Amino acid sequence: MPLSAEPAGSSGEQYLLSASLDNARHLSSLLRAVHFQDHATCFATANGLRVTVEDAKCIQANAFIQAEIFQEFAVQEESVTFRINLSVLLDCLTIFGTSSLPGTPTALRMCYRGYGYPLMLFLEEGGVVTVCKINTQEPVDLLDFDFCSTNVVNKIILQSEGLREAFAELDMTSEVLQITMSPDKPYFRLSTFGNAGSAHLDYPRDSDLMEAFYCNHTQTNRYKISLLKPSTKALALSCKVSIRTDAQGFLSLQYMIRNEDGQICFVEYYCCPDEDITEAEL
Amino acid sequence: MRFRAKIVDLACLNHFSRVINTIAKLAKSCTLRLTVSKLYFILSDKVANGGVSMWCELCQGNFFDEFQMEGVAAECNEIYLELVPENLSRALKTAQSAKAVKIKLTNKHCPCLRVAVELPSLSSSSRIVTHDIPVGVIPRRLWSDFREPSVPDFDVSIYLPALKTMKSVVERMKNLSNSIVIEANLSGEMNLKIETDLVSVTTHFKDLGYPPWASGDGCENSAQGRDLESMTEACIDIRKLQQLLAGQQVNPTKALCNIASKRIVHFILLHEDVSLQYFIPALA
Repeated sequence: MPLSAEPAGSSGEQYLLSASLDNARHLSSLLRAVHFQDHATCFATANGLRVTVEDAKCIQANAFIQAEIFQEFAVQEESVTFRINLSVLLDCLTIFGTSSLPGTPTALRMCYRGYGYPLMLFLEEGGVVTVCKINTQEPVDLLDFDFCSTNVVNKIILQSEGLREAFAELDMTSEVLQITMSPDKPYFRLSTFGNAGSAHLDYPRDSDLMEAFYCNHTQTNRYKISLLKPSTKALALSCKVSIRTDAQGFLSLQYMIRNEDGQICFVEYYCCPDEDITEAEL
Repeated sequence: MRFRAKIVDLACLNHFSRVINTIAKLAKSCTLRLTVSKLYFILSDKVANGGVSMWCELCQGNFFDEFQMEGVAAECNEIYLELVPENLSRALKTAQSAKAVKIKLTNKHCPCLRVAVELPSLSSSSRIVTHDIPVGVIPRRLWSDFREPSVPDFDVSIYLPALKTMKSVVERMKNLSNSIVIEANLSGEMNLKIETDLVSVTTHFKDLGYPPWASGDGCENSAQGRDLESMTEACIDIRKLQQLLAGQQVNPTKALCNIASKRIVHFILLHEDVSLQYFIPALA
């Protein structure tokens, strides 16, 4: 069944969401960056698609794929929301494999009729067509971290290459990752307290990797390392990351990701602090 | 009963290793049948295998520089051995740049295939690494268990699509379902389908040819009287299919399958010197 035969409103019903993408990897690689739970909530508006994954009521990851990334993106209502099994969605999007051969991208067409209907995917590579029907579920309430720029206390923007190794080698025997941001030394410090001892990684404010440094108050916050570890996937894909904390110690990590065609997408992670330690712990 | 053989040519050795690696991926334990002209790796369709059977045939002349075999008796000049192909595969791993490999059937403490790998060395004397692979000698009275499986009366015969694509698709589908439906028709179309409560996925392959016997006497129903578009299907264990596809180290010259509706799928993979047949029964 070729892609062209797929009915677009053949029974008079329009699809609430219909989208086309020449290279399915533009979507699958971003979704992988937030894939730490089986279920995700998809939220589509005329601006694009947002996929949200949450865990333990303290961490939330969002992948934003704006409408311009798609060759076609049409939403018939103001917004369309559904919950879906992200592992299944990813297996379908990567049905032809995950090897990044530049000459043979997988083309994708995505359609959603509405509440109660499955998400339909049509994928094509080299003349072979795969049709997927994935059941959707009732959307659930999502956490609202209420993280707006006016609440931000400290903010730094780093080039991702500086953090990649650090995150890949985090001491997972430590229960927490401690982040210190300060206008004074050590400026930006990542600390772990594992079985073998504590480890501190300092980034000076004048480092080449530091693109922006806006820290006015010293803050030290701890976050459950098991919750933050999945963000390593987003970090690996990104070229830049912004790290922000608010007065309560909530953490926002925003990753700027450039896809194969040079287009920019964002993934963000929000995390609640494990303990509230606001005084300097140097 | 005697068996000794030698491979000196590196290309033949690597080719042989690849065949053994493929067999090792398909069967934990199998039967090696030696005749004067051929080697056979056989897996018969016991319940323990999930009903899967395998028949792999090699012409010894295409691999071995020396090959001497004396069977159990003059009128039954064959040897049947039970072995774990992974052991042979591991032994051959040390032979990637060998000068020669000698294989010999011995019975020092128990029957073994002794694989002696002669490795190049800087000094005048060679290094020899020897592996003793335990084997079981299968008595003549059980030989009838290992006959070549008869080709089932299939309803459709079709060339397989690019194995690489099939492998990727089946690997993903394996994450989603335990069983897979293979269906094909005589118009060169094949579909792979899975369906669960959560998801259904169908991959459509087109423009696959079919082998010359498909409309000839191999098929019970001649193609002229049949609807070329109607699909013949069988639902099989997806892991068995994935094992077959994952085990292919080299692209076969010809790859095809015969489907007997709802009963069995028969895969035939032909390389220059090796033919591999793999039978996967339909799930109840």
